[in-house]
Amino acid sequence: MTLQSCVSPSSALDFVPRHQLEQLQLARLQSVVALSYRNVALYRERMNDRGITPQDIRSLADISKLPFTVKTDLRDTYPFGLFATPMTEVVRLHASSGTTGKPIVVAYTKADIEVWSSVVSRSFSACGLHQGDIIQVAYGYGLFTGGLGAHYGAEKLGATVVPTSVGNTDRQIMLMSDFGTTAVCCTPTYFLHMIERAEAMGIDIRKLPLRAGIFGAEPWTEGMRQHIEANSNIKAFDIYGLSEIIGPGVGVECVCQNGLHIFEDHFYPEIVDPETGELMPEGAEGELVLTTLSKQAMPLLRYRTRDITSFHAGQCDCGRTIRRIRRIGQRCDDMLIIRGINVFPSQVESVLLAMEGTLPHYQIILTREHGLDQMKVQVEVTPQLFADTVSGLEAMERKLAQAMERVLQVRVQISLVEPRTIQRSEGKAKRVIDRRQS
Amino acid sequence: MKITQLSVFVENAPGRILAPCRALADAGVNLRALSLADAPTFGILRMIVSDWQRAAKILEESGFSVKATEVLAVEVPDRPGGLSQVLGALQNSSVNIEYMYAFPFGRGEKATLVFRFDNTDAAIATLQSSGINLVRHTDFEE
Repeated sequence: MTLQSCVSPSSALDFVPRHQLEQLQLARLQSVVALSYRNVALYRERMNDRGITPQDIRSLADISKLPFTVKTDLRDTYPFGLFATPMTEVVRLHASSGTTGKPIVVAYTKADIEVWSSVVSRSFSACGLHQGDIIQVAYGYGLFTGGLGAHYGAEKLGATVVPTSVGNTDRQIMLMSDFGTTAVCCTPTYFLHMIERAEAMGIDIRKLPLRAGIFGAEPWTEGMRQHIEANSNIKAFDIYGLSEIIGPGVGVECVCQNGLHIFEDHFYPEIVDPETGELMPEGAEGELVLTTLSKQAMPLLRYRTRDITSFHAGQCDCGRTIRRIRRIGQRCDDMLIIRGINVFPSQVESVLLAMEGTLPHYQIILTREHGLDQMKVQVEVTPQLFADTVSGLEAMERKLAQAMERVLQVRVQISLVEPRTIQRSEGKAKRVIDRRQS
Repeated sequence: MKITQLSVFVENAPGRILAPCRALADAGVNLRALSLADAPTFGILRMIVSDWQRAAKILEESGFSVKATEVLAVEVPDRPGGLSQVLGALQNSSVNIEYMYAFPFGRGEKATLVFRFDNTDAAIATLQSSGINLVRHTDFEE
């Protein structure tokens, strides 16, 4: 894949000179702040409290005068409290799954859908896809933004869309093989499941025309990318997005696979200290904050994503001028506090992938015994891991536990389980079962 | 001389041994010898069958982790002292028993002992020089 192949006419904005981009960003920022102030009570009240008006936004740096928006603001204003346009202008609603309490609702005007389609189309383009590709969209279609977001973007690109949605994995693989699918969109864990099923069905996924996977909706590690690429002979790209901002297509890796480009003409990124909210120095790790620059139905000002990342310095080899962030391995919301120590599920994944013969399928079970947190990690015993003696398997348990303790700094109990007994996810993988609150 | 034994990983939880046994039963595979080693959280189901390649394929296709291991089986008289005769022969050798299990095989007044040694070839030499009768895999055929 050459660098030239990752450009389509719609990608032009990925390459504009920075000063030109910044002019566009400022003009859009000023109008989105004005729209929000005029039409959304929450923004108007918060800006009034700070004694600022839209006229105070004279430069891009002035964005730091604006108050943050957080996830609970969306819950508190459920369902339509943050809409900036009348419902007659809204052509689409999406909502989060909302496992606890009310879901989060997001809205799109016709122009918003157009923006969304264009950023997803630019994402596919950056991954080297173009007209003539057959893109199988195996994200869920429905209230979740993944399916329809990828669908519209793929159509805008001019590719052939196969809207399989999630589930019915054997049929997914049959169609992938029969249609000659060249790219698939789903969560990385669902693709792992597809690799396993294909093998069981006697289909060698390496020999199919499939050459790219655009994976997102959950954090995944570099080790997982290598595992997927080695076992499927495709290029695995990370796409980033969140429903609150627009859905998939906020950012994406290009063919260089070295950080995710943010579509800065529509989403203004900042990195702040998650504790204090202060801007971090360039290149330092912190929480990603996004402002929607062109969204009409539901603009979000300085939205705290809870995702931890940092800006990549310098320009990418692909020539895109839009900035890159490092892959998101950690979401604040995924962080577990075990005996006072911060643990991320992705750390467990990285240890497993570094170990010979293990698969990146795992589940963390947290319990509390006599007031102390206990962390158990279930690991599947593959034929490569399986030793015929009890002592051999116990040595394996010890080795895994020690490797995890070195990385996590927490005592870990390894529990070996039979192959394929950890539930395979079709959407976002459920990595943690927390039984401490019972 | 050497016998191929199949080992299957099972979790130590109620009902977990049933699935591999049922998979073999449904395919008409008869278990000729069986033993279960248990640890606090898992177990190893070890078995000898007449056609181990076929049994291994069935188990793998049913999703189990399976390992084929070389073991030795010896026949001893089914009376007190039968086992100690074999162990006595091994006493002065350097071979070590990793595990063993015994079963009456239905071959007259004999019992069969299955051994996993750390050095199978050395164990064969030691046992044969002591005149102990090693069972062949074909003897397990029905």
